[in-house]
Amino acid sequence: MREILEILSRDGHATIERIATMTGLPEDVVTERISAWESDGVIRRYKAVVDWDRFDQSAHGESDEVITAFIDVSLDPARGVGFDDVAARISRFPEVRSVYLVSGSQDLRCTVIGSSLREVSDFVSRKLATLDRVRATATHFVLKTYKRDGDAFLEPEADHRLPVMP
Amino acid sequence: MKPLNSVISACPPSGIRRFFDIAAQMDDVISLGVGEPDFVTPWRVREAGIWALEHGATTYTSNAGLLRLRELICAELAGRYGAEYVPDGECVITAGVSEGLDLTLRVLLEPGDEVIVPEPCYVAYQPCVSFAGGRPVPVPTYAEDGFRLRTEVIEAAVTGQTKAILIGSPANPTGAVQTRDDLAALVELAVRHDLYLISDEIYDRLTYTGAHTCLSALPGARERTVLLGGFSKAHAMTGWRVGYLCAPTAIADLALRMHQYTMLCAPHVSQLAAVEALTSAGDDVDEMVADYDRRRRVFVKGLREIGLDCPEPGGAFYAFPSIRSSGLDSETFAERLLHRHRVAVVPGSVFGKPGEGHIRCSYATALPLLEEALDRIGRFLQECST
Repeated sequence: MREILEILSRDGHATIERIATMTGLPEDVVTERISAWESDGVIRRYKAVVDWDRFDQSAHGESDEVITAFIDVSLDPARGVGFDDVAARISRFPEVRSVYLVSGSQDLRCTVIGSSLREVSDFVSRKLATLDRVRATATHFVLKTYKRDGDAFLEPEADHRLPVMP
Repeated sequence: MKPLNSVISACPPSGIRRFFDIAAQMDDVISLGVGEPDFVTPWRVREAGIWALEHGATTYTSNAGLLRLRELICAELAGRYGAEYVPDGECVITAGVSEGLDLTLRVLLEPGDEVIVPEPCYVAYQPCVSFAGGRPVPVPTYAEDGFRLRTEVIEAAVTGQTKAILIGSPANPTGAVQTRDDLAALVELAVRHDLYLISDEIYDRLTYTGAHTCLSALPGARERTVLLGGFSKAHAMTGWRVGYLCAPTAIADLALRMHQYTMLCAPHVSQLAAVEALTSAGDDVDEMVADYDRRRRVFVKGLREIGLDCPEPGGAFYAFPSIRSSGLDSETFAERLLHRHRVAVVPGSVFGKPGEGHIRCSYATALPLLEEALDRIGRFLQECST
């Protein structure tokens, strides 16, 4: 069953028929599994992995630049909930793309996107830093993305194989 | 000028080579003719190779190869298959299975000795037997029973001159995986007639429908078996040229003697990369195997849907469908398919007479290309039937 998820997490386009062939499971079993996972939130949604830098280079000015920053947040914990309530509040902002509780000198590591440096820093100073129990923030702007979530944005490696070989 | 070596002169160039020359001059060819993975070597292994070069691993190693690598290989064979070999004395690191096979045949054969070679088989088996002064004796296996080895057919070919039987399982070109029972029967036959067994297990990790049986782990097999394996296929390391030969001391000693005069040692960097492959690339291999299996299922189903009978390939990364329904012989089929629809496959006839009426398709190719190739072959079949 896990294999269905592995196939989908690599190719969200994979059809039921294709997955059934690949796994050797009957189509109706695959259909039923996937819709169960969709409804109970194991499968959240299907999306494309975009290399935005590459798009920006090829878009000749029509692109909207996306700025990404890592924001480290220090928090005062609260009795009973720890950091969960603040983390949940931060997670609700659409400009916040990821939120992790981490070990080390800071508590949360967030990824925030915006269309300019100013937009991101405004968001941090006006929304994040002013939340209750946020003690401090540290902002690190991303200069270039080499790899994200397992996808390396490098030139694909050429196929050096000869067309017909033993 | 005096004539050149008559045995080599009499050996026709590989039938695969001819297709390569045609395909290499065409654009837009989808090649299912490639006998190697479409994965590049896992990065951690390449990185270990780079590191080794940076740190000066540019020398010879001992003739038998790095002891650490031999230890890892022997531990792997023992753990995975129960095949026990002593790293220092029964294991030689070779420049791929190709060298291992050549060494084996030259060590085993006297002029005129016969080697039984079940067909369809890898294109190098019979020429290598001839080059070593032996006489290859092909025996057929059949698509109807999944290309399994039939001992009665093999036994009928045994003569007073028979010295060895040479098999590959999982097999190139058929993808057939021999069962434990059939292999046990083969061992029993070899014992009865006092024959050596040469087992090419380069595809050992690439099995999908059942576990691989290591021939030399079967009762009675070890003393008469030469086990050949390597890193090219499962670890996607074809170009590194590194493999191994495992055999009882008497054979391994002589193989090492030849190896020390002809090859000296397998490439040092490649041996270090192989060490990395065995110590840390297990997950990479599992992932590649799972991926081949998914493509295998899609591709074999696709072949059947466009009307080609295809025996279930249990291993390697080849499908070997019958093309009899097209009314063409396999060479004509492959040639027309290449010229008209730009899909390169290898005609089954180059792998021996029983391969006639089949084509070898490698599914070590990206899924979208496999789908496009299936489309094109389907269109070609329709043209054939009108």
